[in-house]
Amino acid sequence: MTVAVNPSQTGAPVFYVADEHPHPEGFSTSLGFWIYLMSDCLIFAMLFAAFGVLGGNYAAGPAPKDLFELPLVAVNTTMLLLSSITYGFAMLTMQQNKIGQTQLWLAITGLFGLAFIGIELSEFAHMIHEGATPQRSAFLSAFFTLVGTHGLHVSCGLIWLVTLMVQVQKFGLIEANRRRLMCLSMFWHFLDVVWIGVFTFVYLLGVLR
Amino acid sequence: MSPDLLKLIFGRLGIDSLPLHEPIVVGTFVVVALGGATLLAGLTYFRLWGYLWREWFTSVDHKRIGIMYMILGIVMLLRGFADALMMRGQQMLAFNGSEGYLNAHHYDQVFTAHGVIMIFFVAMPLVTGLMNYVVPLQIGARDVSFPFLNNFSFWMTVGGAVLVMASLFIGEFARTGWLAYPPLSNIGYSPDVGVDYYIWALQVAGVGTTLSGINLICTIVKLRCPGMTMMKMPVFTWTSLCTNILIVASFPVLTVVLALLSLDRYVGTNFFTNDFGGSPMMYVNLIWIWGHPEVYILVLPAFGIFSEVTSTFSGKRLFGYTSMVYATVVITILSYLVWLHHFFTMGSGASVNSFFGITTMIISIPTGAKMFNWLFTMYRGRIRFELPMMWTIAFMLTFVVGGMTGVLLAVPPADFVLHNSLFLIAHFHNVIIGGVVFGAFAGINYWFPKAFGFKLDQFWGKMSFWFWVSGFYLAFMPLYVLGLMGVTRRLRVFDDPSLQIWFIIAAIGAVFVLIGIMSMLMQFAVSFLKREQLKDVTGDPWDARTLEWATSSPPPDYNFAFTPVVHDNDAWWDMKRHGYQRPLTGFKPIHMPSNTGTGVILAGFATAMGFGLIWYIWWLAAGSFIAMLAVGIGHTFNYHRDFDIPADDVVRTENARTKLLAGVK
Repeated sequence: MTVAVNPSQTGAPVFYVADEHPHPEGFSTSLGFWIYLMSDCLIFAMLFAAFGVLGGNYAAGPAPKDLFELPLVAVNTTMLLLSSITYGFAMLTMQQNKIGQTQLWLAITGLFGLAFIGIELSEFAHMIHEGATPQRSAFLSAFFTLVGTHGLHVSCGLIWLVTLMVQVQKFGLIEANRRRLMCLSMFWHFLDVVWIGVFTFVYLLGVLR
Repeated sequence: MSPDLLKLIFGRLGIDSLPLHEPIVVGTFVVVALGGATLLAGLTYFRLWGYLWREWFTSVDHKRIGIMYMILGIVMLLRGFADALMMRGQQMLAFNGSEGYLNAHHYDQVFTAHGVIMIFFVAMPLVTGLMNYVVPLQIGARDVSFPFLNNFSFWMTVGGAVLVMASLFIGEFARTGWLAYPPLSNIGYSPDVGVDYYIWALQVAGVGTTLSGINLICTIVKLRCPGMTMMKMPVFTWTSLCTNILIVASFPVLTVVLALLSLDRYVGTNFFTNDFGGSPMMYVNLIWIWGHPEVYILVLPAFGIFSEVTSTFSGKRLFGYTSMVYATVVITILSYLVWLHHFFTMGSGASVNSFFGITTMIISIPTGAKMFNWLFTMYRGRIRFELPMMWTIAFMLTFVVGGMTGVLLAVPPADFVLHNSLFLIAHFHNVIIGGVVFGAFAGINYWFPKAFGFKLDQFWGKMSFWFWVSGFYLAFMPLYVLGLMGVTRRLRVFDDPSLQIWFIIAAIGAVFVLIGIMSMLMQFAVSFLKREQLKDVTGDPWDARTLEWATSSPPPDYNFAFTPVVHDNDAWWDMKRHGYQRPLTGFKPIHMPSNTGTGVILAGFATAMGFGLIWYIWWLAAGSFIAMLAVGIGHTFNYHRDFDIPADDVVRTENARTKLLAGVK
């Protein structure tokens, strides 16, 4: 910690900080947010584990081969990956203090996120329409819960994104808002990483199964 | 009104949901309602609402939040213990053809509620309360890292407790046992609201616990005062750090497993069902992956308390500080590798059972190392047998017995004989009461003068101590005997009259514990009345060693007028030995977080949402959820959450203390 300890002429030990500066605002935020993300990561780990255990239990119902359309999932994955890149651009422009461009990139990120959610929902609707409901088998329960929880996270991210855009518009790129954008950035990339796991273990390996 | 409209408004809640046909519950309700009404009337009459709201409910001060946690824990202890008394009474009476006085429907709720309340709403608040109060003081910080979050966490815990209490009078609680194993807890076998109360109470409280865990980790990692390296932290801070790491790494598992159970119940998915590919066994695995770390979440802070108490009252530096820290860390890690010992008999096979049996036995090594460290700290110490030290010695004797029966149960072949028996019940009460509860009481007696500026009364404290300790042995040693004779847990009536004497002894023990609890309440009351006699103005009534004793009792809002600088373990001892002079001039304004009511409001909506979900009152659930979102987002638009305590105020507070101290000398 960088606080000036008051100098001691006598050589006796110094037992308090005479000239103290309070911790800057948000001193613990990034650590706290990281720890939160790790706890969230555990939530996904458990859902992956549940999918690992139940993923083969089709109960004589449809299997991944019958349900998954990899081209559509590939498009969806692209949407999310692109949104991560555009969020990166938003952060770069934020560093350069360009509010307009930051907002633009955030908006584009949001649109990619929306597209992702839209495609996912239509995929779900299609599956449910074909009778592959979450109630049909343990495999489908685990599938809908894992993918749905990820989608729910992205949706929360979108609400957060809109909130932050309003706040940036209102208060500018002040320190607090930069910190918030940084947290959302970590959240957004984290969801991206989780999706890579979903894409690999649920979709790709599912079709191979 | 048409039934459809009623259903829309009230969900499945109706007049017949109220347990009016259960005289015991109605009687309890009357007593609670009268007591509650008196309390509310008193608060109104003395115009305390504004004070409570401004100074306590909305407070972000870690000390006040800590005290509120302790009050919650003690209030819920009364409820949980009432359940225990009812069980002891039932089992004592239900012999020779008698059905006892509790019907099966009620009895099953009682043992479930007892377990849930004691773990989640007694032990957790007591432990969290002590950590909240003490850790920032021990590390020389002004507050926790996220003070608003701390307030919110507390109120979420209260929200969970409110839901559990509501289940007593509105509907019913789960009848599944405290971990609600499916398929019994699934909708087919538990169609009533009981399991839903269980789920939502734990989910609401669980959010609070997880956030409080994140908060305290950040506090310990980021806010230590200059000079306090990790290996100079007090042991209680170390055990708190490990406990909060355990919380963050295990409560999400509970969140998920309960969420999956609620999906099974509400949506009809097949995670834990018997058909369509579901796996009830997965629930048992997942919930114990949370459940085993949970017992260490509870007991590690207790170990920390005993470490502080032992070295303070032996007048010696803690023996083997480094080994104590490493033992704590090893226990933290090992606690994740033993969960399967809770169900050796559920078909894992010999190799898996052996692995988990061995890891379980290994945990006794670091724990034993701790025990020896405490013993060696006492060795050749000038021991003062004050109340905290008495609880510590009772712990050492009791916990070793519980630990040994635990190692016995860790042997899979022995477990096949003893599992699900009263031997197991005796074992875990032996470690939880002997470890966590005695630890909490040691902590309460130790830190009470810090929090309130006067010591607790000795006489009633000793009454409480002796009745608790002897009551514990009377209540649980017979259960070991019964367990060895093959009596299983959760039985309501018995056929074999030769068993009755053991249950009578156990019931007498429970009455002893009741006297112990009453004595403790008496101790608080008497100490409050005698507060002038018991007063401590030094801030250091025990001649203690760690930083929390360097400031006044109770500490000012800002904890320390100047942030301390640490050179050694036992920082305050070091300061006392090396001519520390309390600074009298040069005070500066101090930057502090402002109070906010947002935490109360958010937790209130979360509780209402839980209630709506339990009773299928969908408008309430959805409305509360939207309100929660709106309030949460609205709160983020408030950018001014701090203020400065003016230097003049600091000067006034510190001068008042200077005068007090001068009066002493």
